[in-house]
Amino acid sequence: MIVALSIFLITIGSVAFHFWSPWWWTEVASNWGNMDDTILLTFWITGAVFIAICFFVAYCVWKYSYKKDRRAEYKPEDKKLESRLTWATAIGVAALLAPGLVVWNQYVTVPKDAYKVEVFAYQWGWKYRLPGEDNILGKTDIKYINDENPFGLILEDPNGKDDLLVDAQELHVLKDRPVKFELRTIDVLHNFYVPQFRGKMDMVPGIVTYYWLTPTRVGDFEVLCAEYCGTGHYAMRGRVIVDEEKEYKKWEAKQITFEKMLAKNRKNDNLQLVKKDK
Amino acid sequence: MSDEYEHKLEAKSDYAGDASSVSTPDIDAVPDAELPDQELYHSHSWWTTYVFSQDAKYIGIQYALTAIGTGLLGLVLSWLMRIQLAWPGLGWLEPSSYYQFVTMHGMIMVVYLLTALFLGGFGNLLIPLMCGARDMAFPYVNMLSYWAFVVAVVVLLASFFVPGGPTGAGWTLYPPQAITAGTPGYNGGIILMLISLILFVAGFTMGGLNYIITVLQLRARGMTLMRLPLTIWGIFTATVLAMFAFPALLVGCLMMTLDSLLGTSFFMPAMVSLGETLTHEGGSPILFQHLFWFFGHPEVYIVALPAFGIVSDLLSVHSRKTIFGYRMMVWAIVGIGALSFFVWAHHMYVSGMNPWFGFFFATTTLIIAVPTAIKVYNWILTLWRGNIVLSLPMLFSLGFIVTFLNGGLTGLFLGNVTVDVPLSDTYFVVAHFHMVMGIAPILVVFGAIYHWYPLVTGRMMNETLGKIHFWITFIGSYAIYFPMHYQGFVGVPRRYYEIYDSPYIDVSTLLLNKFITIAVLIVGAAQLLFLYNLFASARLGKKAEKNPWKANSLEWQTPQMPPEHGNWGKEPPKVYRWPYDFSVPGAKEDYIPQNQPPSEIIGAKVEKT
Amino acid sequence: MSKKKSIFQLLTEKPWEQDQIEADNEHQGQTVNLTKQKLGLRTLMAASTVLFSLFIVAYSDRMLVHDWRNMPEPWLLWFNTGILVISSLVFHQTTKYAKNEFFDKTKNGLYFVGFLAYSFLIGQLIVWYQLMNTGYYATSNVANAFFYLFTTIHALHIIGGIYFWGKTTSKFIKKSLKKEEINNLIDICAVYWHFLLAVWLVLFGLMLSS
Repeated sequence: MIVALSIFLITIGSVAFHFWSPWWWTEVASNWGNMDDTILLTFWITGAVFIAICFFVAYCVWKYSYKKDRRAEYKPEDKKLESRLTWATAIGVAALLAPGLVVWNQYVTVPKDAYKVEVFAYQWGWKYRLPGEDNILGKTDIKYINDENPFGLILEDPNGKDDLLVDAQELHVLKDRPVKFELRTIDVLHNFYVPQFRGKMDMVPGIVTYYWLTPTRVGDFEVLCAEYCGTGHYAMRGRVIVDEEKEYKKWEAKQITFEKMLAKNRKNDNLQLVKKDK
Repeated sequence: MSDEYEHKLEAKSDYAGDASSVSTPDIDAVPDAELPDQELYHSHSWWTTYVFSQDAKYIGIQYALTAIGTGLLGLVLSWLMRIQLAWPGLGWLEPSSYYQFVTMHGMIMVVYLLTALFLGGFGNLLIPLMCGARDMAFPYVNMLSYWAFVVAVVVLLASFFVPGGPTGAGWTLYPPQAITAGTPGYNGGIILMLISLILFVAGFTMGGLNYIITVLQLRARGMTLMRLPLTIWGIFTATVLAMFAFPALLVGCLMMTLDSLLGTSFFMPAMVSLGETLTHEGGSPILFQHLFWFFGHPEVYIVALPAFGIVSDLLSVHSRKTIFGYRMMVWAIVGIGALSFFVWAHHMYVSGMNPWFGFFFATTTLIIAVPTAIKVYNWILTLWRGNIVLSLPMLFSLGFIVTFLNGGLTGLFLGNVTVDVPLSDTYFVVAHFHMVMGIAPILVVFGAIYHWYPLVTGRMMNETLGKIHFWITFIGSYAIYFPMHYQGFVGVPRRYYEIYDSPYIDVSTLLLNKFITIAVLIVGAAQLLFLYNLFASARLGKKAEKNPWKANSLEWQTPQMPPEHGNWGKEPPKVYRWPYDFSVPGAKEDYIPQNQPPSEIIGAKVEKT
Repeated sequence: MSKKKSIFQLLTEKPWEQDQIEADNEHQGQTVNLTKQKLGLRTLMAASTVLFSLFIVAYSDRMLVHDWRNMPEPWLLWFNTGILVISSLVFHQTTKYAKNEFFDKTKNGLYFVGFLAYSFLIGQLIVWYQLMNTGYYATSNVANAFFYLFTTIHALHIIGGIYFWGKTTSKFIKKSLKKEEINNLIDICAVYWHFLLAVWLVLFGLMLSS
């Protein structure tokens, strides 16, 4: 009796917790609201199964608890019942899978009009790079990384000269414009994750990974690293600010190009050399 | 063929015809043994009896105790981590120790506790007894297997005492992070971890060889494969999986050891580690992830399948009812085992592998849900119209059904590639895998220990203590992991030493963390109760009668209980039926042991299905 | 026991039905008609095959990266391969001698096989020595690292084989076992020798062709 009641109450309690607890996802700030929808669909289907099975168990425990003079039924199998259950499950699973695959297809297909932003991760922080006027990100190589050239752009690549380098933890993106994040890391695995955007992808040294999204509301969001990257993992935070066109332009105007940064760094180096000589 | 068949039908109708008459010795007839009885090793000294024992039962107990001892360390580590998470202001742990404890907790629980306990512990104890063998096929190799495991554990624990401490790479040990300067234990602890795993794999292979050969070749007369209890099916299939999955771990470990010690570039790409350019070039971190999960996913089922098997037997025995759909259960075990090699990359949806793999692996992953669901249906249909004894094993089995159902269903979230994107690497994942391969199998372990304890010690465990233990463990762990899923929805990432200054995390999430930690401490403390019960009952427990649960399977039918060396006395048993003949219509008792000859249970009749 | 069943037939048996019960009571408790050592060896070879296959997969994956530089193939490797082929052939012949109870021939065969196995190992060591002398270190390129790794793992398998060869040979000479038992052991060692030859040919072929 107590056992049956407990299972019953645990089921009711779980459902109540689901509906009335304060813990739920953050308000979505990108076009990936349909990820939330697939989660909700999954909740309805799996929730129904959970409740049905738990109630069934509670009922059995209550109804068929041991009596000395009773015999259990002898029934090794019931083919019809088993095949029905199998088909029902298969259909339920297909209903979950199909919308999931549709959304995944959208997730991995970047729209043609998306503009590019490079996210640059290191232990433990973020930098960003914009393609500049030519809309092409210059090529990079780990070997080129040094104090003068912290992003490791290949000096000979003309496309890199006008790239805007954002050597800060903060990135601005445009509202309602699809953006493709090209993800690069110079050391270990990282993952560029903004809870409100829903999207996520690991950054892997040696290759450039990507994902895309369209920010849908103006705001200031926290960036988290979502792939364990060493002792400082928990402190690897940044900011993304979604702007309207006007504010964005203001911010963009403040960023310097690779060419200028290189010149500046070289000058500083020379100054230091001069100082040393003295 | 047809002749033979008709002949059998005739024989059958005769038999049905004079069922009421006196038994004839005829129906008990079994052909003479074609195979010689198994030769047995007899120990001669104290050392070979109690330390380097070659008796599978004894090795099983050694394995179980070593695994549980190591698991206790894992439990304590989880306390330390949870206290840090609930009261970050205390400055209780350094970030590096936090990550080291996370790593060691994970690795210990998955490999050194659950794998070793289910296969090494229950496998050794139950395979020979349930199959009707005198011992394992290669007892000496079996003994080596246990001692290799001991050495592996010692090496693992030694990593706490090397400079830099144990590795803090996370149990997945992903390079490049695992062996570069930003991670605690990157040059000492990780090497010991890799060596320990290599030793574990070597030891396991020796044990696994024994389990496979014993199940296939050394069964009692009359024991066909389809007459084996589902426990054996689960352990056997899990062993086969392990034999094919552990090589992947071995390959990954070997190559990473070389990357770390010699500076090769199997997995290590060109990189700048904390400002220093390393000499590695061109290695592929994703290759390691593929290897790791090619092992790691079957590993989930290496833990789950024995639990599935054992819980099926517990449910059947304690509800006095035939397991429902035995054949489906066997197919599901085998099917899940086979499919588990085709789903590994669902751990890698957002790893940066080719995103088009997502379609394939999401599909295979959701397909595997079907046989798993069938198992759940068959468990609950076993309860239907049963005669349910609410003994301790039954309680734990019911707890297993609820937690496994919960964890299995959240698996449908994570397996579905789109849903995984927002949820991966959050506390939703942590909650999911603890529910499905932490709590659920552990509940089975407890149920199994309460069930088979009399077989090992000849005494029963204390029922009252057991019930307290059950309620705290079951309700408590549900209270830990159910709310944790919702932290995942909020977006709290896993493997964060602290996160409480984040703008989107409000006070209530912090509060939830405190609640969870308190539950962890209580549930952990309840395990001390269990340990007390485990050790004290060996002396103080009520003496068990023979076959105390009135079970059918062979392990309870030995001439002595606990069974002696060689298990079966003079002659190994002959098997006349499958192990699920509970409540057979017409039979006097509600159970018929597998080795009971037909002449003793005349009256019992089973309808053709 | 006598009749062979497919795995599907086996798994669809209904063990609770009367005619199945009667058939099952005749069963002798053994699944396949092999000695436990033979089946054990097959299990180990299966696991080992998985191990080497995964190495090969890793090799093929890693090969595609631009930093890959092929290694030279020293002629001595061909010589070592030859040794391995011969030792396999000799072992095959030895099992035949053993079956026909030619004691001396079998003994010589076993000794010769052991000699060849040791020669192979020494040959491999010399190859290592030559390569390192010419600057092909494991660290200089991952192709070299794979070569050293493959040869080491293969050599460890051979060393394991030599251990069992030693035990078998000494039992054979002491005549401490029955004829079937010792022949069983010799057969097993021979099968293992063929297996390691096959593994080596695949690995060597892979390294040659890439």
